[in-house]
Amino acid sequence: MPTSEPIAVASIIIAGLTMAIGSIAPALAQGRAAAQALTAMAQQPDEANNITRTLFISLAMIESTAIYCFVVSMILIFVNPYAG
Amino acid sequence: MARRAPPPPSTEVTALHLTPDTILLFQLGPLVVNMTMAMTWLVMVLLLIAARLGTRALRHDLRPSKLQMGLELLVETVTSQIATISPKRPERLVPFVGTLFLYIFTANILAIVPGYVPPTGSLSTTAALALCVLIAVPYFGIREQGLGAYLRQYAEPNVVMLPFNIIGELSRTLSLAIRLFGNVMSGTLIAAVLIAIVPFFLPALMQALGLLTGVIQAYIFAILATVYIASAVTAHEEVAASRAARSPSQNRERSD
Repeated sequence: MPTSEPIAVASIIIAGLTMAIGSIAPALAQGRAAAQALTAMAQQPDEANNITRTLFISLAMIESTAIYCFVVSMILIFVNPYAG
Repeated sequence: MARRAPPPPSTEVTALHLTPDTILLFQLGPLVVNMTMAMTWLVMVLLLIAARLGTRALRHDLRPSKLQMGLELLVETVTSQIATISPKRPERLVPFVGTLFLYIFTANILAIVPGYVPPTGSLSTTAALALCVLIAVPYFGIREQGLGAYLRQYAEPNVVMLPFNIIGELSRTLSLAIRLFGNVMSGTLIAAVLIAIVPFFLPALMQALGLLTGVIQAYIFAILATVYIASAVTAHEEVAASRAARSPSQNRERSD
């Protein structure tokens, strides 16, 4: 369909850009959270269980930012309302 | 630009589906049964059978059945996990939070069965679960503190924060729904794409990673629901406690 071709091209490019740019901040944040948790666990091995549980929760909450980007890019590719 | 009508939902299972909502199975009178509903019913039936088998012959003596032991262990674990967040009477939250956890856990873990599609990979299911949490927060909050005290905590630091508190209430519901949906959907989608590209070893690896993600997401959903409910239940008590601690006449140490 020639009319929606530019929209398809733009959607795919933007979907890639969404993932690429949207993953930067969560990646940095997750690395930072994991590094801090490892430091804390090395200093207080007794609290390792507590720290691990909190770490998993915070990782999943940080990750949800990237997941939102993923959902948006999937919407752009699969169910784009303007591409038909 | 004119919008075209959405394409008719296909009936084949092999195509790349964003959500299992679009896989139609059969029609039951006016009700079109899609994959999400069928799989939800399957999970419900499995949980019901397991619960019925486990509680059919409860025994108080020293030889309970293995299933009863497992269920007791499960309830104990859920209670202790809730108690780490809301130490005061955790058992009042166990039915709700335990149900959420068990349903999402079973729905995600069954993904190893071929032909099964996780119902949590549909935004309808996760939105329904998040709406349950949205309703449960004022339910538990009002039941514990009364209507006035619950409503007052929306204007808690001062009245300027009222719209932000309401927006926060809605946006965290949205984020609960989209987090679970995005995680499960990305798992199934990545598995489908990898089967098309490298059908030999990598899909199994990603499937295992998807299982881990599913378990963690079930835990996260339940924990976040507990945190939201606990904040609605205990906020007033904490405010009262901090006011008592700040008042100059009582110069005692805070218990926490």
